[in-house]
Amino acid sequence: MPKTSANTRAKDGKLPPVAVDPAILEAEDRHWTPLKIAIWVAIALLGGFSWTMLAVIRGETVNAIWFVFAAVCTYFIGYRFYSKYIEKHLLKPDDTRATPAEYKADGKDYAATDRRVLYGHHFAAIAGAGPLVGPVLAAQMGYLPGTIWIVVGVVLAGAVQDYLVMFFSMRRGGRSLGQMARDELGRVGGTAAIIATLTIMVIIVAILALVVVNALAESPWGVFSVAMTIPIALFMGCYLRFLRPGKVTEVSIIGFVLLLAAIIGGGAVADTEWGVALFTIDKVPLAIGIIIYGFVAAVLPVWLLLAPRDYLSTFMKIGTILMLALAIIIVRPEISAPAVSEFATTGAGPVVSGTLFPFLFVTIACGALSGFHALIASGTTPKLIEKERQTRFIGYGGMLMESFVAVMALVAALSIDRGIYFAMNASAAATGGTIEGAVAFVNGLGLSGVNLTPDMLAQTANDVGEESIVSRTGGAPTLAVGLAHIMQQVIGGSGLMAFWYHFAIMFEALFILTAVDAGTRVARFMLQDSIGNFIPKFKNTSWRVGAWIATAIMVAAWGAILVMGVTDPLGGINTLFPLFGIANQLLAAIALAVCMAIIAKRGYFRYLWVVALPLGFAAVVTISASFLKIFSPVPAIGYFAQNAAFRQALADGETSFGTAPTVEAMNAVVRNTMVQGILSILFVTLAIIVIVTAIIATIRAARRGSSESSEDAAVPSKVFAPAGLIATPAERELQAQWDALPKTPRKGGH
Amino acid sequence: MGVVEMARGIRWYVRGVMGEDAYEKYLAHVEGEHAGAVPVMTEREFWRDRTDRQDANPEGRCC
Repeated sequence: MPKTSANTRAKDGKLPPVAVDPAILEAEDRHWTPLKIAIWVAIALLGGFSWTMLAVIRGETVNAIWFVFAAVCTYFIGYRFYSKYIEKHLLKPDDTRATPAEYKADGKDYAATDRRVLYGHHFAAIAGAGPLVGPVLAAQMGYLPGTIWIVVGVVLAGAVQDYLVMFFSMRRGGRSLGQMARDELGRVGGTAAIIATLTIMVIIVAILALVVVNALAESPWGVFSVAMTIPIALFMGCYLRFLRPGKVTEVSIIGFVLLLAAIIGGGAVADTEWGVALFTIDKVPLAIGIIIYGFVAAVLPVWLLLAPRDYLSTFMKIGTILMLALAIIIVRPEISAPAVSEFATTGAGPVVSGTLFPFLFVTIACGALSGFHALIASGTTPKLIEKERQTRFIGYGGMLMESFVAVMALVAALSIDRGIYFAMNASAAATGGTIEGAVAFVNGLGLSGVNLTPDMLAQTANDVGEESIVSRTGGAPTLAVGLAHIMQQVIGGSGLMAFWYHFAIMFEALFILTAVDAGTRVARFMLQDSIGNFIPKFKNTSWRVGAWIATAIMVAAWGAILVMGVTDPLGGINTLFPLFGIANQLLAAIALAVCMAIIAKRGYFRYLWVVALPLGFAAVVTISASFLKIFSPVPAIGYFAQNAAFRQALADGETSFGTAPTVEAMNAVVRNTMVQGILSILFVTLAIIVIVTAIIATIRAARRGSSESSEDAAVPSKVFAPAGLIATPAERELQAQWDALPKTPRKGGH
Repeated sequence: MGVVEMARGIRWYVRGVMGEDAYEKYLAHVEGEHAGAVPVMTEREFWRDRTDRQDANPEGRCC
């Protein structure tokens, strides 16, 4: 299994070929045996049949297994045919060229990593809470629009973006997206891209933190078990630092056992009076707690908190996702939600306002198209890639896996009763936060087949070990109920439902806290770099005072938005989540714009549509969503319309308006909508600048012909490794030649 | 594929994804390509250096 390493050398210095002959590759590709044809026909038929089951033949309910088949078959076809097309015509990877991991090898940051390992590594870095939350919120529009967007979107947009960015960054020694933007788009476009990235990062961290606050507020069990992750991580950090350095798997298993103990212990603590008194925390103090935590975590050394929690989070992530996939296949829950609900057209959905176009496409960002990935796909992963042709498997294939996570999250959210779904996701302003209020509100929505009773809500809350599940917005609690509902059918029955619920909450909180901490650190460095242009001392990132000031600024920025979301009389997540999706996809548009400029400079105009298609779609969706958020006269949708309505009410001397019961709350709405509106304007302006500069760069390249290239110079490769998950016959043959070489002896090996 | 081989494969994979084999890769690098050119860090030094480098060079985690 272990790969041929760079220190394998033939005695006479003559090496076997480092790449399969392109002609043989082409022949292998074109060689269609009857078996191969039969397999692909079967995949296509099964996929087509599954989509038919989802879209056309729907009875009372639809089985979740069709979601799995429809998604997986589409991924296979997209991977085999579309990503190959992109590889062949647009990227043209060349395995005779050394990757940065080879020509810049330092055994540390630049280190060739086995493709299968790197796939897992890259997946763990890109998948977080995003694909788990968005689909849950979008489930209000029915199951079909979300599923189509997640699956088709990833094949044509999300995976394409990840693949292109990874490849171009790899050809540039692992340069970051910001640097590539500056190289390709010039000063104006590059600067706009960097400011956009920084502000988007702030928004994303704030909203992820809001999801955690919403999941933990009023939940002593959740607060206790999630708080325990901090001492657990500190312990793991010290263990790795002082006791057994490098024993990562061992410490992760210890940490995982402690985590399970914390979840079980949380149940016991939440049963005691002191536990309830100590760990029942309101949203505002909880938000302040997370802000303080965010600052401390971002200035502490990495080894103490971030690195160990990252190991724990990777461990939990891959384990839980595999577990959920298996459970869905075993349980095959029946889904009773409609394919397309009335909220898709009316835009009056209680979870997120707005009609299907464009708001479905911004509510589900991660899983279909996530700009944030461009930050991971440039920089970190490209420095570890062994061979150029592996980028298709790692970049395109890695994103397909994240999309599958989003499909599973959608299935989990849809598998719970629709009445309960709306009771959990409607804002407290709508339900009043009480069981009676929620029942009245949900039944008043007039949805067919929905008949919520107070008993159902009380029973579910009791099952999952919570005081109440009414208005637990943010997506995480809903997903946790869905996951608990599915998992308890496999392991433990209803007695274990509370455990699974808190397991899921813990699992999401763990990712989010890691993202908050890592995001703050990255943002701090970007800020220091920017301030450094004016005050040079700030460029020195090891200067403590500067680091602390920059961290404090970044934490204050996302903290302010977090507090705004937590105290928002309109419900916080409902108004802020679209901003998250818009921000994420504007980042995608920026990344795709940079890719388009690069492709144009390479001279591949015939195939420019591959990137122009997702770029155009992302641009249309996000810009129109932003414009609606800015200009819509409907107060539920337009930030400024809402702002004007509340200001008018205040001017009229009213003391309560809409969901704001006091003058103070009305003032808060005026303030919040103004901030949200200004942020929308900022994002859309920056994105338009980047896209326009990219179009200019593209046109200029078209006039001038392909001349310039910002790629690193080609260095001949001296290693070989197969490209895909499974080696082809020609690759196996070549691998055998490499394996036959005598290994250089090395001392001190393990 | 036998059970032992399978277990070995799983162990290799988990170690790889968790990054536990980083020191071995580092050793292979410094002892293969540039043997004697640079002072070789001990395992403890290597892991300290690794987190210190992360301190100076943070990596984003996705949402």
